[in-house]
Amino acid sequence: MFVETGHYALTLALGLSLVQFLMPLWGATVRDGALAAIATPAALAAFACVALAFSALTYAYATSDFSLVNVVENSHSLKPFVYKLTGVWGNHEGSMLLWVLILTLFGAMVALSRRAVPSRLRHLTLAIQGAVAFAFLAFIEFTSNPFLRLDPAPFEGQDLNPILQDPGLAVHPPLLYIGYVGFSISFAFALAALIEGRIDAVWARAVRPWTLTAWLFLTLGIAMGSYWAYYELGWGGWWFWDPVENASLMPWLAGTALLHSTIVMEKRDALKVWTILLAILTFSLSLLGTFLVRSGVLTSVHSFATDPTRGAFILAILVVFIGGGFALFAWRAPLLRQGGLFAPVSREGALVVNNLLLVTACATVFIGTLYPLALEALTGAKISVGEPFFNATFLPIVMPLLALIPIGQTIAWKRGDLLGTLQRLWVAYGAGIAGALVVLALVRGGPVLALVGIGLGVYLVVGSAVDIFHRAGGARVALPVMLRRALGLPRSAWGTAIAHAGVGITVLGIAAQAWSTETLAVVNRGDLVSAGGYTLRLDAVFPRTAHNYREDVARFTVLRDGRIVGTVEGAKRLYVTRGMPTTEAGIMTLGPSQLYVSVGEPQPSGGLGVRIYWKPYVLFVWLGAVVMAAGGLLSLTDRRLRVAAPAAARARMVPAE
Amino acid sequence: MLIWLVFALMTGAAVLAVLWPLSRAEPADAAEAGDAAFFRQQMADLERDREAGLVSESEAEALRAEIGRRLLRASRADGRRGPEGEPALRRRRAASAIALSTIPLLALATYGAMGSPHLPQVPLAARMDGKEFDVGAAVAKIEAHLAQNPGDGRGWEVLAPVYLRAGRFGDAARAYQSAIDILGETPSRLTDLGEAVTAEAGGIVDARARAAFERALALDPANPKARYYLALAAGQDGDSARAADMLQKLLADAPADAPWRGAVEQRLAALSASASANAIVSQPQEEQARAIRGMVEGLAARLEADGSDAAGWARLVRSYVVLGEKDKAREALDKARKQLAADAASLDMLTALARELSLETDGTGARQ
Repeated sequence: MFVETGHYALTLALGLSLVQFLMPLWGATVRDGALAAIATPAALAAFACVALAFSALTYAYATSDFSLVNVVENSHSLKPFVYKLTGVWGNHEGSMLLWVLILTLFGAMVALSRRAVPSRLRHLTLAIQGAVAFAFLAFIEFTSNPFLRLDPAPFEGQDLNPILQDPGLAVHPPLLYIGYVGFSISFAFALAALIEGRIDAVWARAVRPWTLTAWLFLTLGIAMGSYWAYYELGWGGWWFWDPVENASLMPWLAGTALLHSTIVMEKRDALKVWTILLAILTFSLSLLGTFLVRSGVLTSVHSFATDPTRGAFILAILVVFIGGGFALFAWRAPLLRQGGLFAPVSREGALVVNNLLLVTACATVFIGTLYPLALEALTGAKISVGEPFFNATFLPIVMPLLALIPIGQTIAWKRGDLLGTLQRLWVAYGAGIAGALVVLALVRGGPVLALVGIGLGVYLVVGSAVDIFHRAGGARVALPVMLRRALGLPRSAWGTAIAHAGVGITVLGIAAQAWSTETLAVVNRGDLVSAGGYTLRLDAVFPRTAHNYREDVARFTVLRDGRIVGTVEGAKRLYVTRGMPTTEAGIMTLGPSQLYVSVGEPQPSGGLGVRIYWKPYVLFVWLGAVVMAAGGLLSLTDRRLRVAAPAAARARMVPAE
Repeated sequence: MLIWLVFALMTGAAVLAVLWPLSRAEPADAAEAGDAAFFRQQMADLERDREAGLVSESEAEALRAEIGRRLLRASRADGRRGPEGEPALRRRRAASAIALSTIPLLALATYGAMGSPHLPQVPLAARMDGKEFDVGAAVAKIEAHLAQNPGDGRGWEVLAPVYLRAGRFGDAARAYQSAIDILGETPSRLTDLGEAVTAEAGGIVDARARAAFERALALDPANPKARYYLALAAGQDGDSARAADMLQKLLADAPADAPWRGAVEQRLAALSASASANAIVSQPQEEQARAIRGMVEGLAARLEADGSDAAGWARLVRSYVVLGEKDKAREALDKARKQLAADAASLDMLTALARELSLETDGTGARQ
């Protein structure tokens, strides 16, 4: 009965979100605050209902209730319990329910953030949010219903897909979805501002925590997805410019631009229309990402849903929200009062350039991702746009962007002193050049672009430190004073510095991959293969049986200068009941670098085919993303960005309670 | 019934939650007050930063001027309110009515279309503890066992036919294949494998199935199932003559009491029907009628001998009606009812047939 109650709760949420959409709009039109205030309880109730539905589905998965089609198709009584639970969102229907759960959770949080968001803006935002929730709830209910039942229930589930039984994949979709859905709040705020015909610093302050939250989860989600592809697929790469990856990168780029333009709006009351446009654009790209992955337009290793009718429904949602968003923008944006002009050489000027570069980078990814699809739809020709395209288009745009980061971070608002700023950063340039030279001397050569990348990475990390140093008084004050002041700096300043240093770390990791090596070899027992200064010796090839698979393991001993460093095992695995083979890469982490062993087929001659990669400093790629997210988190805890206002503000706003 | 009570309570809670703000007086926090407070807070922040030495005095001065300007603008924007009184009350009553109707109607209509309130939950644990023997649980146990011990050929052999009956043909084929890999080939395992593969392919004997049957035949040249499916394959390849020939040989070799004789005869009849239909059409009219009558009489004779073929009886009745012999048709109908008295479905079918051909003038139903 619990399962059916969950299903009924979902349909109740459908009705609630419709009310949440219509009533505040009506209330705002006739300026009736009480009518508009319906949005708050409606949003809370909708969240409660969706949460109930989600827990009912989780319960069905946990108890292996095979009277649900969704559970039959995506679970199995023999799955480890944790993967039964994560299996809830490991499939199309469940993942859409998770999407809506996060959406309504964010809606409920907006509804509760009374002290941070003026009530009119809050109610209108909830209305737009209700419309999005309604569309997705209808989508779930009518095309992807996870609560459809089977009678009689089959005795066993069908899915024991071993590739999906993985901690990376269990965590990856929720992170990504929090990111995507978070941008729906920015979108709702933008449309609310357009409807209200007013946008100002209040708006910027209200929307920034949401954008920041979405951005930091999206950052983590992308990094997690990349790491999953790296170790699970056994291809040795960490970014494939796969459309599914690009689908998450595009909202990230647009969202990063949005984050920065919101700061300009908050501080300088400028870039209003542009910020609104970016908010609409970012959510549109999030929807597009959902569409690309969920409709089965792409057939890639990631896509586990393929159904054209769903595609048509998502396309309709896409058209309504993106088209509606831009139409409202075209109609209402001219009504927004423009902010003041500003000098090109200033922090805001640098942020404008940052925005232009980010959006251009996003556009190149967009073209590279969608052009092949469009071409195939129109002419039937199948082309593949891959790394060469993105290297040729994306990198030239991103490199100047990276070079600009420390400058924009250091230069003053309003009227900056470019020369002074450049002078302040001399340590960073010096460090960057020195870093590139050191690498050049150590490895004796390498691609120029990679050396530039190393220089940029060091420059970014040091530049961030220089920024903090100067903000704290720099060399003008004594060291203890400087340190005390540095600690007293606003958390958002620290967050900025840390996030930018994170970018530098990722750039270092990416640049270092120019020196990664790939060795293909056929080895017999006792044979030696060398990779990245290490020597691997094949010690044994033996079969092993675990609870639901058999595998042929190749065990290597890793040696350096004759000393044993450790062992690494790669395996070819066969999941028995499904008859499904997988390759398990053996990864040995050596500091920030990794040795990556991928076992191939046994050769007729008796040897074993293996691919061995040496990946210097590869962990920096993801470590940088984690540092970026940490910076975002720190910035989020900044007093002025917190959703609930502190005690002082609360005391002043008592009448508003 | 309980479930509807729960639904009613949930609906009530949802509607009440939504209607709650309408029952209160308008909240006092107008948007403009929020803005003014916001800028006052920004001003306070600035003071704090200046005191902490984070902002220089001149910078603070400029910022203070700017925030002050915005604060003025925010305060000037008057907090206009919507008109209170009669229109507002009527509007709120309308809103209440809409919320009160929309939420339950939308929820019930959607749930009515998509939900299954009468179905009980069947979690795995409940099925495992069930008193009566549960095939599902047994299969789950065998599957668990096999996942641990994939080398247990007997397990695969036990599991395979269960899969086949459950309609999981692919799994059945895989299980048979595992049994063969572990326990070795026998004619019956090979033909079972072929049968599962054929079922998975929707009844088409594909190359893999054919290979299995041919190997079975090599081990046991008399194997009837293999011969039957290979004949089927020949027929599917368009070689009806060879298929018929193979089936006839199979029938000739078959013991009289073989349970599968019927199936072979049916297949043979289907093959020859398509062949002889062509033959009859090409005959002159007179001969055509005679040929048809001969076929009908042949059918009647066969049904006299073995009356369990409901479809055969139906064909016979229909044939008599076509030939204009209603009495004979009624006679055949009665005989059929007597022969098939134990089979309710066939009786219903015959009644429907009789009604369709308007043979039931007296209105006596066949339902017993």
